[in-house]
Amino acid sequence: MKENIKIDTTNKVITIKGLKKSFGELDVLKGVDMDLYQGENLVVLGRSGTGKSVLIKIIAGLLQPDEGSVNVLNHEITGINEKEMDALRLKIGFSFQNSALYDSMTVRENLEFPLRRHEKELSENEINQRVEELLEDVGLSQTINQMPSQLSGGQRKRIGIARTLILKPEIMLYDEPTAGLDPITSMDINNLINEVQQKFHSSSIIITHDLTCAKITGDRIVMLLDGQFQRQGTFDEVFTTEDERVKAFYDYNFTD
Amino acid sequence: MHTDAPKEGLEKANKYVLSRKLDQIFVNLAEVYRFVVRFFQEVFLPPYEWQEVINQCFQVGVRSLPLISLTGFIIGIVFTNQSRPSLADLGATALLPALIAVAIVRALAPLVTALIAAGRVGSNIGAELGSMKVTEQIDAMEVSAVNPFKFLVVSRVLATTFMIPTLTMYTMIVALMGGYVNIHANELTSFKSYINQVFDAITFLDIFSSVIKAFVFGFTIGIVGCYKGYNSSKGTEGVGKAANSSVVTSMFLVFIEELLILQIVNALRG
Ligand SMILES: Nc1ncnc2c1ncn2[C@@H]1O[C@H](COP(=O)(O)OP(=O)(O)OP(=O)(O)O)[C@@H](O)[C@H]1O
Ligand SMILES: [Mg+2]
Repeated sequence: MKENIKIDTTNKVITIKGLKKSFGELDVLKGVDMDLYQGENLVVLGRSGTGKSVLIKIIAGLLQPDEGSVNVLNHEITGINEKEMDALRLKIGFSFQNSALYDSMTVRENLEFPLRRHEKELSENEINQRVEELLEDVGLSQTINQMPSQLSGGQRKRIGIARTLILKPEIMLYDEPTAGLDPITSMDINNLINEVQQKFHSSSIIITHDLTCAKITGDRIVMLLDGQFQRQGTFDEVFTTEDERVKAFYDYNFTD
Repeated sequence: MHTDAPKEGLEKANKYVLSRKLDQIFVNLAEVYRFVVRFFQEVFLPPYEWQEVINQCFQVGVRSLPLISLTGFIIGIVFTNQSRPSLADLGATALLPALIAVAIVRALAPLVTALIAAGRVGSNIGAELGSMKVTEQIDAMEVSAVNPFKFLVVSRVLATTFMIPTLTMYTMIVALMGGYVNIHANELTSFKSYINQVFDAITFLDIFSSVIKAFVFGFTIGIVGCYKGYNSSKGTEGVGKAANSSVVTSMFLVFIEELLILQIVNALRG
């Protein structure tokens, strides 16, 4: 199914140890340990409200961890200053659960927005070229002058992904890339995630509760249960278990 | 960077120094203070988002111009008309142009402009930033290493701070025109003599203090709208609340500032 994927298990791009995060009384992450290897697609499965989004928001520096260490591309992000965090963020792409397109801007302006601010040496022509190329990659060249409100959910997702790819990130974080999409559109997104992995040699964390997405995109799968990673391995390894909580997850996905 | 921090801390401690409500008020005040300080820290630091500042100035103008034109003109007419009987009792209708000039320039124009802008622009800023917050567009800017505070807040606050004084001058002119229409119709005063009387009545301090006042109003409207939007709570309900409380809070502050500045200017007049 996937070819030419080189995963370098000696090179960890993200290392998380004993990560804890709570909001008031609510303990969301209770000691998460995780590694992400160069070039791999890591799928994080878990039910709603288990803290999957919180986990990647911590990686991207949107939330602060309470305890534990989070190392991203050899930078410890706890206590990092704003400037270093921004430098790091240029190497991280974040695809939001609801796409988070800037709705006062056209598709073109959405894509140009980070580019104009971070690669000031580019000429107008080069900017145009980068935007058009990327839109072609996600198969949405025709939407270039549309506003986000005119796009369908699947299109928005793809534009969102394109916007994060424009700075050529080393790490991609996808927050529920297929949530709320029909099976065929979901498949397009799954394929896009794999193409990104192949073309950009990026390492990705894919958060989802869609098992089809997990199966297709994931080289390795971890399951977030009760604030900790409980199982990990390939898709089949994870779901060959007697753990009722894991089985329930599988059954509901494929029997409703 | 982390707007949820103070609230979180408060809930975690779960004890209150005074009462929950009072503590919350002080926490809010501290947050507003930090927000204002952050504005002054970032406004002078590059990169500057000039394009966005200009764009926002344009938005402020477009949003409030029609309503300000109409209101300003009508206030000029109505105020003149209502002032006439009192002056007529004293046999002093000749003083009408001087009276309305002082009233419009010193008080009516800045206040009317600020109140209209609070309603039109303040609510819009609150709603816009609120919905950007709720739909994670602000987070999206942050993760793409673009400073959302600078792009969104600094540009909007600069726009209101410079546009409200500009619009105030415009309101003065429009309202004085309204006054002229009414005076010309009743007393048959010529335009030239009306203008002469107007300029005789007002001083430089009148105009200057009004413009300064308008700067303060503009800054207030921008900061309040941005603060409410930027810190709006999750959900569509949060957006509505942000818009609504932007208007209420900034109108309230505008009145307070009006009173304070009035005291200062009166002291200056000696
Ligand atoms: N900024 C925040 N302030 C307070 N609570 C929060 C915050 N962000 C997340 N939470 C809480 O943390 C918990 C985990 O949220 P999170 O968004 O990570 O869930 P999730 O696993 O991504 O779920 P979903 O699949 O629904 O997206 C939730 O109970 C949520 O209410
Ligand atoms: Mg989530």
